[in-house]
Amino acid sequence: MANNKIKESFQVKCEKNIFAMYLFMALSVSLAGLVEIVPLFTNPDAVKDEVTTADGTKSLLWQRAEGQKLSDWNPGDGVRPLTALEVAGRDVYLREGCYLCHSQMIRPFRDEKERYGHFSLAVESKYDHPFQWGSKRTGPDLARLGGKYSDEWHILHMRNPQAVVPESVMPKYRFLDDAKVDGATIQANMTGLSRVGVPYTDSDIAEAAAEVEGKTEMQAIVAYLQSLGNMIKFEDGVTYRE
Amino acid sequence: MNLVEKYDLGVVKWFSIMATVYLVVGTLVGVYIASELAWPFLNDLGLDVPYFQFGRLRPLHTNAVIFAFGGSALMATAFYIVQRTNQTRLWSNKMAWFTFIMWNLVIVSAVVTLPLGMTQAKEYAELEWPIDIAITLAWATYLYNFIMTIHIRDRNKVPHVYVANWFFMGMMVMVTYLHVVNSLAIPVSLTDSYSIFSGVQDAMIQWWWGHNAVGFFLTAGFLGIMYYFIPKQAQRPIYSYRLSVIHFWALMFGYVWLGAHHLQYTALPDWAGSLGATISLAMIIPSWGGALNGILTLSGAWDRLREDYILRFLIMSLAFYAMSTFEGPVMSAKTVNALSHYTDWTIGHVHSGALGWNIMVAAGALYHMIEKIYNVKLSSKLLAIHFWTHTIGTVVYIVSMWVSGIMQGLMWRAYDEYGTLAYTFAESVSAMHPYYVMRVMGGVLVVLGAVTMLINIVATIRKSGNVQTANA
Repeated sequence: MANNKIKESFQVKCEKNIFAMYLFMALSVSLAGLVEIVPLFTNPDAVKDEVTTADGTKSLLWQRAEGQKLSDWNPGDGVRPLTALEVAGRDVYLREGCYLCHSQMIRPFRDEKERYGHFSLAVESKYDHPFQWGSKRTGPDLARLGGKYSDEWHILHMRNPQAVVPESVMPKYRFLDDAKVDGATIQANMTGLSRVGVPYTDSDIAEAAAEVEGKTEMQAIVAYLQSLGNMIKFEDGVTYRE
Repeated sequence: MNLVEKYDLGVVKWFSIMATVYLVVGTLVGVYIASELAWPFLNDLGLDVPYFQFGRLRPLHTNAVIFAFGGSALMATAFYIVQRTNQTRLWSNKMAWFTFIMWNLVIVSAVVTLPLGMTQAKEYAELEWPIDIAITLAWATYLYNFIMTIHIRDRNKVPHVYVANWFFMGMMVMVTYLHVVNSLAIPVSLTDSYSIFSGVQDAMIQWWWGHNAVGFFLTAGFLGIMYYFIPKQAQRPIYSYRLSVIHFWALMFGYVWLGAHHLQYTALPDWAGSLGATISLAMIIPSWGGALNGILTLSGAWDRLREDYILRFLIMSLAFYAMSTFEGPVMSAKTVNALSHYTDWTIGHVHSGALGWNIMVAAGALYHMIEKIYNVKLSSKLLAIHFWTHTIGTVVYIVSMWVSGIMQGLMWRAYDEYGTLAYTFAESVSAMHPYYVMRVMGGVLVVLGAVTMLINIVATIRKSGNVQTANA
C-alpha cells in the first residue's frame, strides 16, 4: 500500500509541525465556501433580474426615471428600495426578532402557492440587508403579506393578536403605538443602506425625515408589512425560475 | 508535583465554573421562551414592555447556550487539554486571562443588548458590531495562545501532537473565518448596523456560518473534548488512531459544504442546495466513524459504565451524537426537507445535538476536570440525579418536537376531499399546544439537572477548600 505510506507521512509531518497542519486545515475548510458562495456573486443568474415575456425581455427591477420619487412607484412596477417609513418599519421588524417566527420565502409547492402566493424570487430580496427569509414558521410566511389585509386589521392584530386570531401565540406589540420614529435615525440608516448597495438617491435620503415626521413605529411596521411581496406583477406563461 | 503546580489551571477552573453558571442561565431562558410559546401571556405579563418577549429573548437563549456555555466549556477544555497533552504550561497565562475577561465581557454585553433589541438580525450572529470586535479579539488570542502552546512543547517528550488538539485547532480556524465574514457590516451607529450582504448571497453566507457554528463550534470542538476525556475517564487508549485521522480530515473538508441544505427549494440556485444535501448524506460516514471511535474505546471496559457516572455522560453523549448525525442527513434529503423545513422538527434536531451531545459531553469533561484539578470526588448521588434528569428531559424534548414538527409539516400540506387546503395556519398553531407544554416539561428537567451540576461543583470545590488558590 504505497499510497497509504505517502498519506501517513504527510499526516505525520502535520502532527509534528503544527504550522503545517494549520495551513492544510485552513485550505481544506476554505474550498466549500469558495465553490458555494463565490458563484452567487459572479454569476448574474443567481439573482436573475430580468425575464422573457411575450413582448421581449423585461426587467424585474423598477426602472426609475430621472427625478422620480419612491412614491411614484406603483405595485407591480418591479423591485424597489423601501421608502423611509418602510425602512423604519423594517428596523422594528429586525429589532423585535420577527424573523425568528416568520419566514419570507415561499417555496414552489402547490400548498404554499395556495396558502401564501407565488414562490419567492431571489431578486425580491436583492435590497434586503440582511436577508429575512427566516428558518421557522411558528407563524405564517409573510413574503406576500402586502395588501392581503387592511391597515386597520394589522394595527388591531399587532396590538393584540389573540383578539383577531384566538389561536395565535404572537406577543402583543402595543408599545409600538407610543414610540415615535426618529427622522435623523432613519436618514442615517438609509445612508448606511445606500453604502451597502441599496440605490437611494440623495433626495430620497434628504426627504426621509419629513416623510416619517410624527409617525409612530406602529404606522411604520404596518407600512413595511404592506410592502411585502407586491413589487413584481407575476404574469402567466413567464418562466421566473428554471 | 501536583497538577496545580505543574500547569496553569486557574483560567481552566474559572472557565469551568462560568460554563456551569451559563448552562443554568441559558437553559432557564430556554424554558422561559418555550413557555411563551405554550402560554403567550408570558410574553409581557400585561406589562406592555418588549424586553422579555420571545423575539428578544430567543437570541439571548441561543447565544447563552452556544457561546456562553459552549464557548466557556471549549475554552476550559482547550486550555486544559493543550497543557496536558503537550506537557507544557500555557504559552501565555496572561493572554489566557485576557481571553477569559474578554469572553465574559462579551457575554455580559449580550445579556444587556439583546433584550434591548440591539441586533444584527442574523440568526446565531445577533450581536452588534462593537461586540463582534470584542469576540474577534477574544477568539484570536484563544487561537494564538493555543497554537503557541503546542509549538513550545518539548519535541523530545512529545513529538506528535495529540488528536484532540487537531480538532480544537480546526474549530478555531474555521470559526475565525465564519465569524469575520458573516459579521461584515456597515455601522450606522454604535448600536446598529447593516450587513454588507443581501438576499440570496446573505442567505448562503448566513447558513454557511449557521451550519458551521454547529459543525465546528459544536462538533469539531466538542469532538476534541471527546478525544481527550473519554480515553482519560475510561483509562484506555483511543480505539483507532487511523480512524481518527480519516474522521478528522473528512470532517474538516466535508462539514463546510452543508450550509446550503438549509436553503433547499428557496431562491438559492438549485445546484447549491443539492450539493449541500449530497455531501450531508456522505457525512454520516465520518460522523459515525468518530462516534464509534469513542464508544469502542470502551471495549473490554464496559463494566465501568455501571458505577462511573462521568463516563456515562461521555458515552451517552456519543449515542445522541450518532443519532443526531443520522437525523441531520435524513432531514437534508430533499423529500424530507420539503416537509421538515420551517417546522419544529428542526428545533428538535438542534436540541438532540445540543442537549444530548454537547451538554452531556461537556458535563462529563467539566466533572472530570473538577475532580482532577481539585483532587476531590464529586457527589455521585448528585451526578446520578443530573444524569437521569438530563437524559429524560432531553428525550421528552426531542420526542415532543418530532411529533409537533411532523404534524405541522403534514397539516400545512394536507388537502381535503374537495381539493382545498384542509387546515388554516391558525389550526396548526393550536394543534401544537400540547407538544409545546410537553417541551417545557422536558426543558424544566434539563434546568434541574444543570442546577444539580452547579450545586455539585460548587459544594465540591468548597469542600476541597482551595477556591482561594484559583489563580495558582
